[in-house]
Amino acid sequence: MEEKRILLSHGSGGTMARDLIDQYVVKHFENPILNLLNDQAVFPTSSSRLAFTTDSYVVDPIFFPGGDIGKLAICGTVNDLAVCGATPQYLSCSFMIEEGFLFSDLEKILLSMKEACKEAGVKIVTGDTKVVNRGSLDKIFINTAGVGSLEEGLSISGNKALVGDKVLITGFLGDHEIAIISKRENLGFVTHVQSDVAPMNGIVKALLQKGLGSRLHAMRDPTRGGLATVLNEIAAQSQIGVIIEEDKIPVREEVKGACEILGFDPLYLANEGKLVIFLDSQKAEEVLSVIKKTRYGSDAQIIGEVIAEPKGKVLMRTGIGGTRIVDMLATEQFPRIC
Amino acid sequence: MKYVDEFRDATIAQKLINRIQRFKFNRKVRFMEVCGSHTVAIYKSGMRNLLPDIDLISGPGCPVCVTSALDIDRTIQLTRMPDTILATFGDMIRVPGSSSSLQNEISQGAEVKVVYSSYDALKIAEDNPGKRVVFLAVGFETTSPTIAAAILQAEKKGLENFSILSYHKLIPPAMKALLTGEQVHIDGFICPGHVSVIIGSKPYEFIPQQYHLPAAITGFEPVDILHALFMMMAQIKENRPAVEIPYSRAVKPEGNPMAIQRLYEVFEPSEAKWRGLGVIADSGLKLRRRFQKYDATQYYDLSVAESSDPPGCECGSILKGLKKPSECPLFASVCNPSRPIGPCMVSSEGSCAAAYKYG
Repeated sequence: MEEKRILLSHGSGGTMARDLIDQYVVKHFENPILNLLNDQAVFPTSSSRLAFTTDSYVVDPIFFPGGDIGKLAICGTVNDLAVCGATPQYLSCSFMIEEGFLFSDLEKILLSMKEACKEAGVKIVTGDTKVVNRGSLDKIFINTAGVGSLEEGLSISGNKALVGDKVLITGFLGDHEIAIISKRENLGFVTHVQSDVAPMNGIVKALLQKGLGSRLHAMRDPTRGGLATVLNEIAAQSQIGVIIEEDKIPVREEVKGACEILGFDPLYLANEGKLVIFLDSQKAEEVLSVIKKTRYGSDAQIIGEVIAEPKGKVLMRTGIGGTRIVDMLATEQFPRIC
Repeated sequence: MKYVDEFRDATIAQKLINRIQRFKFNRKVRFMEVCGSHTVAIYKSGMRNLLPDIDLISGPGCPVCVTSALDIDRTIQLTRMPDTILATFGDMIRVPGSSSSLQNEISQGAEVKVVYSSYDALKIAEDNPGKRVVFLAVGFETTSPTIAAAILQAEKKGLENFSILSYHKLIPPAMKALLTGEQVHIDGFICPGHVSVIIGSKPYEFIPQQYHLPAAITGFEPVDILHALFMMMAQIKENRPAVEIPYSRAVKPEGNPMAIQRLYEVFEPSEAKWRGLGVIADSGLKLRRRFQKYDATQYYDLSVAESSDPPGCECGSILKGLKKPSECPLFASVCNPSRPIGPCMVSSEGSCAAAYKYG
């Protein structure tokens, strides 16, 4: 039997569009706010400060080892909220779908989004669906936006890193990008590395619960451009220098091997389930031990510290004891990795 | 990682550094590397500041960088022809010609496909029988045998729509040109590891024999490079110049005879124009008569105006080791990896890109 495919009329606004929304989107995402199916979501909030973010997801391939575009669309937005210390709550979700896309693939994506929402403790409360002509876009693109509430007194920001701060990474670098690249058809390259895509708000929540929120100065998720780019951004914003130790940076053997073959540097590889944290050195060991007990933090490491000079630059002490600059990524190593 | 970790070992590296430091020549000793991977490895390890008595200078070791602006312009001209697909290694995409780049042409509709091997280009030719697929053959002796193998494969398969633009270069003639030119003072050569896997050590014998200078063929890890530096320092001290092979786990004196045989079955040496070094006799490769039909220049008129390097750009002097990247007035101010002016800033293995990134 021919598999059921999405047609242009599923985006028309008529009854077929209604069926798509009811029988697929609402069926999986259902919650009292979304179920009203109004043009907007109305929700209560207990916080006087909200964090708000948006991102679009165009990853190719849409299904990859360790995840898919749906899980990525939830986790990416959740993580962008979590890195300022916010508790992610409500998400919007827009699908742009190419005519002819398989309903079975859409269902797989929706299920994985549902799962990710459940784990992150967020609700999808509003959304949109568009269908475009075959060839106008590649399979499916997803945009999500999200809001999260912010505790009083928290002030985590890229310009708040201080001289003497420790720099921490919550686990192995580069898994996401290597998992994606290994599936690109023209590389003929096999690896068992899985994407690290995961919601990071659990780690942040654990730290806030221990009263360590005020000890976190700057935090970011090292997605495109990787660790090197995040460190450079924070060095520039905070007008400080950063020095990291090559030996302390956690990278899986398989990822190291793939980098050797492809000529990549793990410092620049994208991650979708990691945090880079600049924190008060006095509480560094405590923060590390809290993170190590969380689901996604068992391989966390303190990798370096903040120095006064050279301002705006990132240095690395190499394995043989030399020192070199770690620069920003100038151009993407690979397009469409998230 | 086995065979990698041992060669990045801090204790071994420190021992070698101590032994190198014990040689005293009352001047800075200048060694040149002629391989982009060595350039990157040296910068990446941060070893320069551990070796105050040695000046490590980069030569014409990056195939992208030594490709002349004229050849880039010709390639761009080719992508504007109808029913043509250009297959190329990724590094060539961003190299600026005199008025455009492949990247720019792609945005205007040129069909350019990035491949990891010449066999991928053959596959594109098979999949597109209605189009002419041209492979941009750039590279040293490391890659040229694989291109030769692709040509032999194309012949075997009777592929009529596959051809190449051969801008291959041979490394030993360029090293000789640098020594003959006498513009740059060199105390010894770190010979390229990958190239030497193919050609072995004999093609470098002129260095000790004619120029009385040391040479060492080495690998790409910090310990490999330090080992080579130690051997060359010892050669100078004991006045016994030779070609030594610290990279013996990969390089044999005779090289890879089968690869060489394939290479010269398909190609023969020809003169070639190098960016910075100009025209050097027998430093390029052209297809032999039997394989003429795989020469893309047979099918296209690629006459373009003679072009010069961008004003102010010192890539030419940098490729000869006469200047360091930081001595170029454009370096890091106008020319950076996001907006490269010259090829040494484009290629990830170019000296300027390495100096900018790891400096």
